[in-house]
Amino acid sequence: MKALKKVIHNLDPKFEKGGKWEKMYPLYETLSTFLFTPKHVTKKGAHIRDGVDLKRTMFMVVLALIPCLLFGIYNTGHWHYELLSYTQPEQYGAYSDYLTGFGDKVVYGLLQVLPLVIVSYAAGLAVEFVFGFIKGHGLHEGFLVSGMLIPLTMPADVPLWMVAVATIFAVVIGKEVFGGTGMNILNVALTARAFLFFAYPTKMSGDKIWKSGTQEIAESNGGALPDGASGATALGDLQSFIGDSPVVAGENLSAAASNSEMLAKFGEAYDPIHAFIGMIPGSVGETSTLAALLGGAILLFTGVASWRIILSFFAGGFLFGLLMNGIGSNAYMELPAYNHLIIGGFAFGAVFMATDPVTASQTQYGKLWYGFLGGGLAVLIRVLNPAYPEGVMLAILFMNVMAPLIDHYVVQVNISRRKKRFKTKTA
Amino acid sequence: MSEAAEDVKKPKEPLFSKKNKKLITDPLTDNNPITIQVLGICSALAITVQVEQAFWMSVSVIFVMVFGNLVVSLLRNLIPSRVRIIVQLVIVASLVIIVNELLQAFVPDVSEKLSVFVGLIITNCIIMGRFEAFAMSNKPFPSILDAVGNALGYAWILIVVALVREVFGSGKIWGFEIFGSNLPGEESGIYEMGYMNNNMMILPPMALIVVGIIIWIQRTRNKELVEEH
Repeated sequence: MKALKKVIHNLDPKFEKGGKWEKMYPLYETLSTFLFTPKHVTKKGAHIRDGVDLKRTMFMVVLALIPCLLFGIYNTGHWHYELLSYTQPEQYGAYSDYLTGFGDKVVYGLLQVLPLVIVSYAAGLAVEFVFGFIKGHGLHEGFLVSGMLIPLTMPADVPLWMVAVATIFAVVIGKEVFGGTGMNILNVALTARAFLFFAYPTKMSGDKIWKSGTQEIAESNGGALPDGASGATALGDLQSFIGDSPVVAGENLSAAASNSEMLAKFGEAYDPIHAFIGMIPGSVGETSTLAALLGGAILLFTGVASWRIILSFFAGGFLFGLLMNGIGSNAYMELPAYNHLIIGGFAFGAVFMATDPVTASQTQYGKLWYGFLGGGLAVLIRVLNPAYPEGVMLAILFMNVMAPLIDHYVVQVNISRRKKRFKTKTA
Repeated sequence: MSEAAEDVKKPKEPLFSKKNKKLITDPLTDNNPITIQVLGICSALAITVQVEQAFWMSVSVIFVMVFGNLVVSLLRNLIPSRVRIIVQLVIVASLVIIVNELLQAFVPDVSEKLSVFVGLIITNCIIMGRFEAFAMSNKPFPSILDAVGNALGYAWILIVVALVREVFGSGKIWGFEIFGSNLPGEESGIYEMGYMNNNMMILPPMALIVVGIIIWIQRTRNKELVEEH
């Protein structure tokens, strides 16, 4: 190790100003600080010296994302074979069981998910390097996390070129124009997802994309999925409760079905335990509340994420879910509030997206408001807006924009309180 | 004629003096009404989905502006300053009505698509701004040049934005399919390989982003445009 360090640091002069390879400095700086702590450290004054820099902080987040990634890989494979068990029952009939054919499922999932990860990293890092060279600094570390978050928020079947376009858009328009890492207003990964969501809606929403291979299987089956099979997510099914033809997991309920009947069917198809573990269709990494919470535990333990945001995000979602129960004018509103926390991307958003230290509120009270309103808004969008089945992405992006405002008022309240205290003392 | 007499006479300004040329070229780049002064953004967002609409909108604005600036400049000494805004409004409104009638007569389908936005030229800040800032205090010829410059500055941004949005949003230029057909079931060209039109380009926010990118390029080329903080 020491020898390698010596070799690398001996190269320093060649890359510094006036050196032979001065132009390549950004590349060199990136690689050398990737391997060892940066050379430029605090020299004067009483500071706590810590080996943790941005690169290492970001790595903690990537580490925390590993459970979601692994589960996402398995889940992608599982739902693909679940669909095949309808069309080719003699071959894959048993695969609808969760553990049968585990190896096949993982292999299929890897083949679907790894290209997404690679494309996202390649596109994003290419943009970062270009901007690094123009501005003369090393690679900014922020993208290490965004590059992993982006594939986890995509449906497994999304075309790779779309991932690349969305990543480039998000990094350039969402981040670099504002000044690069640490200066962005919107969460980069969610910007990428929102871009795809609005640009290519047929690949990002509906009931043809959530289980990998749905479209091919439907085509080979004469244009429609076989009876009993469904391509919708839990949220898509819930959305159908508002309309005239409620559906649960491919089974058409009669329009006259009562609210409690619909919810009972829903509870059977997506029972809370399975939904919590993540055995439901959805975007690659979002389905498992358990994996997200595991990641959250890592983030809280290492002090990267704020427990205030995570906790208040869940609290906001739960309370607004209860509020909806109180109004209860349709079956979706009567959905037990805890269900909102375990389906869709709620937990994933709360743990990994809302806690982004750059775009979240900075003040302690502000974080509570930010999380609470974000969680609440997510549930509101889900239940009340028929156009968007999943509200977490839009809610967090909206709160990103509102975060500075929240901080402003928190600071103002503090100032006026202390002024008052000062006045009563002197009076 | 003696040379002394020449000197007494004020030297006549050439038709396209440096100053007059600047009146045209400045608004095209470093003092562009949309990207630098950020005026007339509303119509830039609304009618830049297709090049055809943007083109006719630009033509209308050029017409209204040139004649408006000319009329205001001719009347500048007759207009009482207290009611000048109303007089300017009357002038621009009459010109817009003429344009609207012409569009309806000769390009009815475009006129239908532009709908209310032709009428809204009346409230376009660029036009009122040039009347107030330039035509009211300058002679007719420079006023025409100023109008041409500003209207062209508006027009090229509009058409560039529309070009980007139409190519990536609908895969067409002026209504002609350039990437092949994207009808479901009979895709051809690059649609066959999985390419899809970008729906975001059709939505107004993307016009804002495209204008933003043009501003970005402009400021990178000319550092003087960047504000101090």
